[in-house]
Amino acid sequence: MLEKKMDETELLEQEEDTQKDRFLTFQVGNEVYGIEIKCVTEIIGIQPITEVPELPDYIKGIINLRGKIIPVMDVRLRFKKEGVDYNDRTCVIVVDIGGVPIGLIVDNVSEVLTIPEEEIVAPPDIKGGGNRYIRGIGKVENQVKLLLDCERLLNEQEIDALGNM
Amino acid sequence: MSDQFTNEPMLDMYIFETSQLIEQLEQSILSSEKESCFTPAAINEIFRIMHTIKGSSAIMMFHNISTLAHTMEDMFYFLREEKPQKVDCSSLSDFVLDGVDFIKVEVEKIKNGDEPDGDATILIENLNLFLSNLKKENEIADSGKKEKNIPKKPQQYYISQEKVPVTEYKYRFRARIYFEEGCEMENIRAYTILHNIKDYTEEFYTIPEDVIDADDSAEIIRQDGFSVYFKTNHTYEQMNEFFQQTIFLKSLELVSLETEEEYGEYKAKKRDTIRDSLVKEISSGYVSVSGKETDKVSHSSAVQNIISVSVAKLDKLMDIVGEMVIAEAMVTQNPDLQGLVLDNFQKAAGQLNKITSELQDTVMSIRMVPLSPTFQKMHRIVRDMCKQLNKEVDLKIIGEETEVDKNIIEHISDPLMHLVRNALDHGIEPSEERRQAGKDKTGTVILEAKNSGSDVLIIVQDDGKGLDREKILKKARENNLLYKKEEDMAEQEIFNMILAPGFSTKESVSEFSGRGVGMDVVNRNIETIGGTLSVNSISGKGTTITLAIPLTLAIIDGMNIKVGRSSYTIPTISIKESLRPDEKDIIIDPEGNEMLMIRGQCFPILRLHESYKVETAVTQFKEGIMIVVEQDGRTICIFADELLGQQQVVVKSLPVYIQKMRKIKGLAGCTLLGDGSISLILDVAGLVNF
Repeated sequence: MLEKKMDETELLEQEEDTQKDRFLTFQVGNEVYGIEIKCVTEIIGIQPITEVPELPDYIKGIINLRGKIIPVMDVRLRFKKEGVDYNDRTCVIVVDIGGVPIGLIVDNVSEVLTIPEEEIVAPPDIKGGGNRYIRGIGKVENQVKLLLDCERLLNEQEIDALGNM
Repeated sequence: MSDQFTNEPMLDMYIFETSQLIEQLEQSILSSEKESCFTPAAINEIFRIMHTIKGSSAIMMFHNISTLAHTMEDMFYFLREEKPQKVDCSSLSDFVLDGVDFIKVEVEKIKNGDEPDGDATILIENLNLFLSNLKKENEIADSGKKEKNIPKKPQQYYISQEKVPVTEYKYRFRARIYFEEGCEMENIRAYTILHNIKDYTEEFYTIPEDVIDADDSAEIIRQDGFSVYFKTNHTYEQMNEFFQQTIFLKSLELVSLETEEEYGEYKAKKRDTIRDSLVKEISSGYVSVSGKETDKVSHSSAVQNIISVSVAKLDKLMDIVGEMVIAEAMVTQNPDLQGLVLDNFQKAAGQLNKITSELQDTVMSIRMVPLSPTFQKMHRIVRDMCKQLNKEVDLKIIGEETEVDKNIIEHISDPLMHLVRNALDHGIEPSEERRQAGKDKTGTVILEAKNSGSDVLIIVQDDGKGLDREKILKKARENNLLYKKEEDMAEQEIFNMILAPGFSTKESVSEFSGRGVGMDVVNRNIETIGGTLSVNSISGKGTTITLAIPLTLAIIDGMNIKVGRSSYTIPTISIKESLRPDEKDIIIDPEGNEMLMIRGQCFPILRLHESYKVETAVTQFKEGIMIVVEQDGRTICIFADELLGQQQVVVKSLPVYIQKMRKIKGLAGCTLLGDGSISLILDVAGLVNF
């Protein structure tokens, strides 16, 4: 059993290795964002969304993903940008964060990039608690990609809710 | 050390099997105790269970369990063979139950991946003491017992060589087995092989011949391997396969012996020694094979009809079936087929539809399990508490065959246990007090389950002193739990205050209840599965606590309705009627609340599109439809665009993320419709309080 365990850890490590430093990039408005590939489950086209009442506007509702029901969040609205109509380039990135699946609606999905750790810098300190969702800024050639902190993207709403009250 | 060599499936099996056996054992002890004596059947059963636990624990190298089981086995061996007249049943049950508890704790440790390190020495000593006292009291000389047993056993254990074998076997084999180094307990493993080989042959000899009792047998097997000489009608391939199944098998030499001489040579040589070992075997008071084997046979046939499957797998299966139903609808209602006349296709589609719905029903029914194991557990609690609290209480169980969803069972076990404890501790008075009150000195606790619509009602009723209204009020005042004037509170409301957090009327904290965390935890647990709890009590007569639990979390009969582009599902059970109202029946009060008059009664109207802010073209009452629903005695009219139809729906909970965000009023979950779209299930209880 010990051996088996070791194998498993090794496998896990290997798997993590192939996913390390790799980011899926997507566009919301003019900015390019990236999220860690290891939390991405799949990318699907936009689906019919069932609205659920009494939720913040950025939670668009729920979708049926092959029998599994998952909530979808409009990243545009989450970032307090103007909402746009969905088109055939609109994608839903299904992510799994700590066992909680959720779909992120983004304008379009670009590519998978490797951004080594040394190319990532911490976001600048902005007064007023900005950059809540940004974990770091990745430099790729001449462009910058804003790397999202999924955990916060999902869980920051308690603060929002308090603010609303 | 031990987990280094155990493989997971085997461990799982061990845990599962042992816990089941333990439960069974508890049952038979408790029922024996009730009859105030151990029947031969019960003794046999307990003996057999202990034997199995001993064996499997030894194989899994959980020595503390196996030694304890062995001691208990000895005890029941004595009871079985000697049938002593004077047995102190209640203290015997105590000892055995202590042992059972010990094993339970150890198994729990194993389940959690910890080392089972409990020390059973005291228990074993107690048992041994008890046994020797028992022996003394019944004045049976040990030697007498041995001699009495000898004549019975030889034919059972070894087919004696003097006797002409009943069957002529075709083949002769010699098998030499080497176990993996460090697997330990080689002799027990060898014994397991011997036990299993009995399915293939009745004639066999082994080197070393005395695997269990001789101290050095493990050492011999470790060095020279374990040799079995046997005759059988099975072929070389079959026997090879049999031996290959051996756990921790390192290598196997299976040789077919050509002549009777080769076989006989061994036999002649061993003739004398076998005789010796035979006597030794018996004098040690070991298991009688005949009893064990017949038990095994009758038992296995019953067990094989049941398999245990993890709930996760069933959930997965249900998801897949759900997907299939949707996929089927997508095929049969495909827009490409619109307007085509396809007789054969329709016929085939109808067939497919029938099968899928049958499949769905079957999957659902698999998840339903009777409440009886959960109820039976309560016997033990009642027994222990009666002893501890010195009360006499009779537990009556009614309707234990009622079935509920597996998920629900898991959730109600603990709350139920708590309620029963409460009833015994707080409810039932001591015998003396009962007599003074003119009641039967034995208290009664009734545990009842019954179906009631889509709910299962579980009722815990005691005939104790009932709840003390004044005490509750006083306590509530002290803890600031009063939410309205005392005078205004109905009896029911006062009683329900015991469900509030931090409420406990018991002055002293006892081992069983009274920490003040009880009832509100029970209440919360029941609420999480969509159940409700109500308390009723008559002073001096007793308390009744009723749990209403949904039959299943998984499936309901629902009416689908449409509002704008969204669809909603209302559980059919709460729908009274649906109608299109006349203009003149609509009443609007000065505050703008709309009401509908139906047959002289007035009910508030809930505009779904307004409460849920859904865009729809239908806002005039005469264009849409009114659905009259009732829950907890309150009736409202839900206004929707149209009815879509009735169907059984699979209830899915809203995604965790949304649940965490906030509890949405009036939504019980969601479901998938035939076309793959999602419908939200309305929680009528939530809506009537909107």
